[in-house]
Amino acid sequence: MYDTEQSPGPARIELPKSPTGIQGLDEITLGGLPGGRTTLVVGRAGSGKTLLGMEFLVHGALEFGEPGVFVSFEETPGDLVENVASLGYDLNDLCERNLLAIDHVEVSRSDIIETGEFDLEGLFIRLGYAIDSIGAKRIVLDTIESLFSGLTNTGILRAELRRLFFWLKDRGVTAVVTGESGEATMTRHGLEEYISDCVILLDHRVDDEISTRRLRVVKYRGSVHGTNEYPFLIDETGISVLPITSTGLSHTVSSERISSGVERLDAMLDGEGFYRGSTIMVAGTPGTGKTSFGASFVNAASLRGEKCLYFSFEESSDQIVRNMQSIGIDLAPHIESGLLEIHSSRPTMYGLEMHLVMLLKQIRERQPGVVVIDPLTDLIAIGSTKDVKVMLTRLIDYLKTNRITALFTHLIHTREEMAPSDLAVSSLIDTLIQLQDIESAGERNRGLYVLKSRGMGHSNQIREYRITASGIQLIDVYVGPAGMFMGTARLMQEAKERAEAQARDEEIAARQRELELERNALEARIAALQNEFASREEESQRMIEAESRRQKMIDAGTRAIERLRKADDDKKVQATRGETGVER
Amino acid sequence: MANRENRNTKDRDSTADAFELALEETDARYVLRLYVTGMTPRSQKAIESIKEISEEHLAGRYDLEVIDIYQQPERAQEAQVVATPTLIKQLPLPLRKLIGDMSDKDRVLVGLGVQKKE
Repeated sequence: MYDTEQSPGPARIELPKSPTGIQGLDEITLGGLPGGRTTLVVGRAGSGKTLLGMEFLVHGALEFGEPGVFVSFEETPGDLVENVASLGYDLNDLCERNLLAIDHVEVSRSDIIETGEFDLEGLFIRLGYAIDSIGAKRIVLDTIESLFSGLTNTGILRAELRRLFFWLKDRGVTAVVTGESGEATMTRHGLEEYISDCVILLDHRVDDEISTRRLRVVKYRGSVHGTNEYPFLIDETGISVLPITSTGLSHTVSSERISSGVERLDAMLDGEGFYRGSTIMVAGTPGTGKTSFGASFVNAASLRGEKCLYFSFEESSDQIVRNMQSIGIDLAPHIESGLLEIHSSRPTMYGLEMHLVMLLKQIRERQPGVVVIDPLTDLIAIGSTKDVKVMLTRLIDYLKTNRITALFTHLIHTREEMAPSDLAVSSLIDTLIQLQDIESAGERNRGLYVLKSRGMGHSNQIREYRITASGIQLIDVYVGPAGMFMGTARLMQEAKERAEAQARDEEIAARQRELELERNALEARIAALQNEFASREEESQRMIEAESRRQKMIDAGTRAIERLRKADDDKKVQATRGETGVER
Repeated sequence: MANRENRNTKDRDSTADAFELALEETDARYVLRLYVTGMTPRSQKAIESIKEISEEHLAGRYDLEVIDIYQQPERAQEAQVVATPTLIKQLPLPLRKLIGDMSDKDRVLVGLGVQKKE
């Protein structure tokens, strides 16, 4: 964006610069206006020339310790004081503190009669006097061309103006000279012929009933500078020229991941969500819940304690809060705690550039971690594709440089338009999530897929999602031979699978019952056998006992006989015993 | 601001004075101020010219003050002097500014509101 070609060779001596303190202008001019030289500020009536000059002086006096002289050829000091009081500048106070001197040079043709040769030494003396009285380093001549309307001898006037600019340079003051734009020449009276160090053009164009202020550094002798037309804003804080710089692609990146606010979407994005500082686009046809994705994202960020900015171009802040409550996302507490700010404005209110200037201004002031623009489409609609690309590049570069994660929603009008690839902006997007209505079997269902996501292995599946009372929910995927099942088809598939599962369960249960019966039968038989065995065992036992009792009785009988026979022969006794044992 | 107010009050006073003067004399009295930048040839020429014209046409009823704004730069601001030399016809009203070296006698007379004699 800059003419930043560095000429090789010995180190250059930098031109001394006089910072304007105007947001953005010093960045375009890489430091400010040429110090000790004269800058011409050209613009039509109402383009902000006087304000630029006044800011140059006020900032110089307050921030850079350089007192200044404002020489007004048009407005009276009283008017000037009043006009800038609304910006919070107290000129009377500055005058009292000798930081500012205002001189009103009144030249009206009606009471002037030229009687011969003259010069502008009177003006020189007044300027010199004013400069010396406060030791001024800066001077603004607004609008010096008024002299042409008061004095008829333009030959003398031109010669004197040339002398004046040399004189100013000689005095070493940094001068801003304003001039009205002319038809054929840049200024009405060709001031650019005299001032050639630095020329700034202010423009106030109206395209399609939308006005945009633009600033361009036409030339800057001895210095590189931004050559583009930059939109600028005049608001309650004065002039801000934004977006200023496109820092190119040199920003450092973060590998930190942050949640999308939809749990299962995070899972699709490598399981962790977006990269911090990346640019995400959620593109979808109407009614696919783009805003809900945006709200989920800021909700998650707010819950993490990050500052969020939500720019809405379709719904008012209250409407978003109410609608999101219906899906279980309560943004109200975040707004109360100051973490979340919702800015709503109609896209037609300003031009594209003004919108972006304002976005950037808000972002700059608030320094959020997360920004949502809902939808980006509305901004695109108010500018030409080329403009949009240029402006969005600047916006995205700015966001990336500041590690702000941005989520844009984008409206696609037809289902056939698969992705906003025809859009110049898609190449600027890191993660592109496509939301889509999928129509089949007489119903519409919502499907989501990650079209691209730089730097991570993301899921390639089309996922059905539903917007429920507890937020966005991704649903399990059912893929069949005819493709993916959604909605009723999915329900039927689920039912079918449930039925099959039930059938299988029942079969298993039946088998188990059968087995049980078998086991019971077997156990019964075992029990019967055991009973039989037990009874036989009992009988045998009884017989054994009876036998042993009989044996005892026999033994007792034998011993009685022996005693009767008085026989001591052990052997016989034993033999008798053995015989009986054998018999058994 | 302050300068303007000063001038305005001065104007008012002068107006009152002028009114009284006008009552006393049939011919109004002229109060002229010539602002020059040192003794440059142009300044000298202007001074000579205006003295000559005044003597010829306003003899005895004019006050001419020559102011060197190199010496008194604040007076240039007060009187809204831009070009030099500047002759300001303070009185009689209306106030007129005549700029240049006063070499164009006819225009000077028109500016002073003086009828040519003869």
